[in-house]
Amino acid sequence: MTVTERAADGVVDVVVVGAGVVGCAIARRLAGDGARVVLVDRAGDVGAGTSKANTAILHTGFDTVPGSLESQLVARGHELLSAYAAEAGIAVDRTGALLVAWDDEQEAALPGLAAKAEANGYTEAVLVDAAEVRRREPHLGPAARAGLLVPGEWAIDPWSVSLAFATEAVAAGAGLRLDTPVTGVVPGGDGLEVCTPDAVIRTRWLVNAAGLGADLVDRMLGRDDFTVVPRRGQLLVFDKAARRLLTHILLPVPTERSKGVLVSPTTWGNVLLGPTAEDLEDRTDTATTADGTADLLAAGRRILPLLVDEEVTAAYAGLRAATGRRDYCIRSHPDLHYVTVGGIRSTGLTASPAIAEHVAGLLAEAGAQWSGDPVATAVPSMPPLGESQLRPMRDPVRIAADPEYGRALCHCEQVSRGEVRDACAAPLPPGGLEGLRRRTRAMNGRCQGFYCGAEVVALLVELTGADPAALTAVPR
Amino acid sequence: MSGPAVLVVGAGPAGLTAARELARRGVGPVLVVEREAEAGGVPRHCDHTGFGLQDLRRSLTGPAYARLLVRRAEEAGATVAVSTTVAEVCDGAATLVGPGGIEVVRPRAVLLATGARERPRPARLVPGDRPAGVFTTGQLQQWVRRGLPVGRRAVVVGAEHVSYSAVLTLRHAGVRTVAMVTDLPRHQSLAGFAALTRWGLRVPLRTSARVVGLHGHGRLETVEVRDLTTGAVERLAADTVVFSADWVPDHDLARRAGVGLDPSTLGPRTDARGRTSVPGVLAAGNLVHPGETAGMAALAGRDVARRLVATWATAAGDPVAPASGLAVTVSGPLASVTPALVDPADPPERLLLRTDAFGTGRTVVATQDGVELGRHRLRHATPGRALRVPGAVVAGADPGGGPLGLTLA
Repeated sequence: MTVTERAADGVVDVVVVGAGVVGCAIARRLAGDGARVVLVDRAGDVGAGTSKANTAILHTGFDTVPGSLESQLVARGHELLSAYAAEAGIAVDRTGALLVAWDDEQEAALPGLAAKAEANGYTEAVLVDAAEVRRREPHLGPAARAGLLVPGEWAIDPWSVSLAFATEAVAAGAGLRLDTPVTGVVPGGDGLEVCTPDAVIRTRWLVNAAGLGADLVDRMLGRDDFTVVPRRGQLLVFDKAARRLLTHILLPVPTERSKGVLVSPTTWGNVLLGPTAEDLEDRTDTATTADGTADLLAAGRRILPLLVDEEVTAAYAGLRAATGRRDYCIRSHPDLHYVTVGGIRSTGLTASPAIAEHVAGLLAEAGAQWSGDPVATAVPSMPPLGESQLRPMRDPVRIAADPEYGRALCHCEQVSRGEVRDACAAPLPPGGLEGLRRRTRAMNGRCQGFYCGAEVVALLVELTGADPAALTAVPR
Repeated sequence: MSGPAVLVVGAGPAGLTAARELARRGVGPVLVVEREAEAGGVPRHCDHTGFGLQDLRRSLTGPAYARLLVRRAEEAGATVAVSTTVAEVCDGAATLVGPGGIEVVRPRAVLLATGARERPRPARLVPGDRPAGVFTTGQLQQWVRRGLPVGRRAVVVGAEHVSYSAVLTLRHAGVRTVAMVTDLPRHQSLAGFAALTRWGLRVPLRTSARVVGLHGHGRLETVEVRDLTTGAVERLAADTVVFSADWVPDHDLARRAGVGLDPSTLGPRTDARGRTSVPGVLAAGNLVHPGETAGMAALAGRDVARRLVATWATAAGDPVAPASGLAVTVSGPLASVTPALVDPADPPERLLLRTDAFGTGRTVVATQDGVELGRHRLRHATPGRALRVPGAVVAGADPGGGPLGLTLA
């Protein structure tokens, strides 16, 4: 599927492989720099892999490895993405985070974490005692004994970020090819030939932001910089009724292996519990498991006992692209006309605009020149999906201007028919029900479609002419 | 319409029946708001007959019953406003949202009749992939009524009335049900339904079994079923799974209004007059006792409305005061009872009970402070089905005594 393409006859300047949040950020940046960009992804939507199933946190990078590229890019990304989200109308809740120590060992580790935050250039972390922890989070489990407050860790709507970057890239002339796996890369002429099932794309430069498939693309270039091990993270999303139970993002004291299980408010008004950390072989195994669910519930009961009394609204798993390294693996290979962006972990959402800036710098250093002049790209205006924003069904001005914003479609999430209509008319319309959910929240609520499921599908069919059997993959 | 005396939230059987009673007995303007584009509630989607038997003494299809309830409410003088969502109820004010805009009304009483829904897959913690083809019965019924394609082979989770209804809906859509699966040792429906489905439609019933995994990329491919007795796990090929029953009250608005819930039903904790912990906020129907029939919900709406009318203009008892009365508790296999509060001087028409287990006694015994107040023999004590006990069974209680206890013997 080709959404848009600018004069893609002949040779393009850059092919970006992977339309996750990092690839979208890079495509946006390079298209704005005047590059003729084609963004390709094997999935049918942007942000449909690792980017869709993360913990939705805008990180400060306080606990990254000091001096690492990740440390630098997360800090810069926090600055860039908060400004971008504000401009694009993407929901950010400035909740702050509270790392909670539950035993002696964890309590003893807190001063070290505070020092690490300083070493990462983050100066606002504050050690707090048990009484202050309790005052800030009265519903915490009884074993909480001390904490580290990190006011700059915020909840963000992750889905709108990929979508906004891609929308802006496309508006700036980038081509977007979805449902397009890269099957091979061969050196050709003054650059590379990127093979896809439908076409061979000739390009001067290639950026590999393929996430879980980044090492496979790397091998196509004859490189062997890293190996991706899919690390599965299962998450539970609790009913909005649980939102009253916490104020901050509740972080565990991190260990070597993972940041551990956290409890976080979401911008949609739910509460997230997770992730697990399971190293897998299968790069497609996003199944949840009974053991994973049981582990999360046990952890949730310890952290916030009342949480597990509430209903689970959704359960899902994401795969993070672990590389066994402690830092991002971003490498420039000027001789190959190739930049690889691998090993981007859960901080990648935050870092994405900074990664794009960094990659643009690497390409310039490598001597890349773009066929067009820089263009002033317009930051798109994203729909207000956050509970802290003025939702259309609560906005008398919007309803007066267009009654469709007062006509409820999804009751649990208070999504109007007008919003679904808008999503379908957007530059990057949803390719299916999952894309619609991410763009509007429709069907993402506690009833999971009991009330609105059939009506949403019928409306999507009416608006887009989609085949209803294809939308739900009904066997013939 | 501005300034209703009573705002009824939800135009299902309970809300519409209550609205009719309130309007015809003259409490002032009655406004029923319905968030869907069509009034009538869940019966609108149920094509089978049998609706209206309990409340109207006649048997109708779901859609015909829904239309009749709307007409009866309107003929009595109530206004039914569709496509109108109640965004919140707070301090006696209700915020209504619809295509016409946002309006705040301040009725003397708000009657919540928002009904119940089936617990969906995530809330049942069934792990696995997240493919298409996963339904609740309510979603399935609307899906089929709209002519949307379903699949070919289905597993139905549950063996209650609604589960058998799901099998029929699937059959109507050309989908074969390859198994019904229930945790319990036997079905919870009528023997006739069960036999017809098992032997007539050849749908095997797997008892003491549980769906423990769904698998498939894009579309559901296999359903993992564990035998709870042997622990053996079998993978059934199916492209569709229907999670039926396991009703949960649609209590979001009530909770946000500050209404206290009963931990066993998750519905508002009410007295026989439908009053809740919040002054001016009442509740009736399947919001209070999830999983009852439409007819029982309608009767509950009628009874709450009659009691509201009876005290509307009198000094005796504030109709919109917080719920009061003796607490009613259950023990043994009994799981819940509504109403949760009872005034022995003015007992409810009936107590609705739920039990967790098969194979227990069928006599409900009511006690207070260790003294038996009365007993009532049930026709059955089936989990997931309504157990109705005349309110008179607790009529002899001492208003100044301890809580009332109910158990099965």
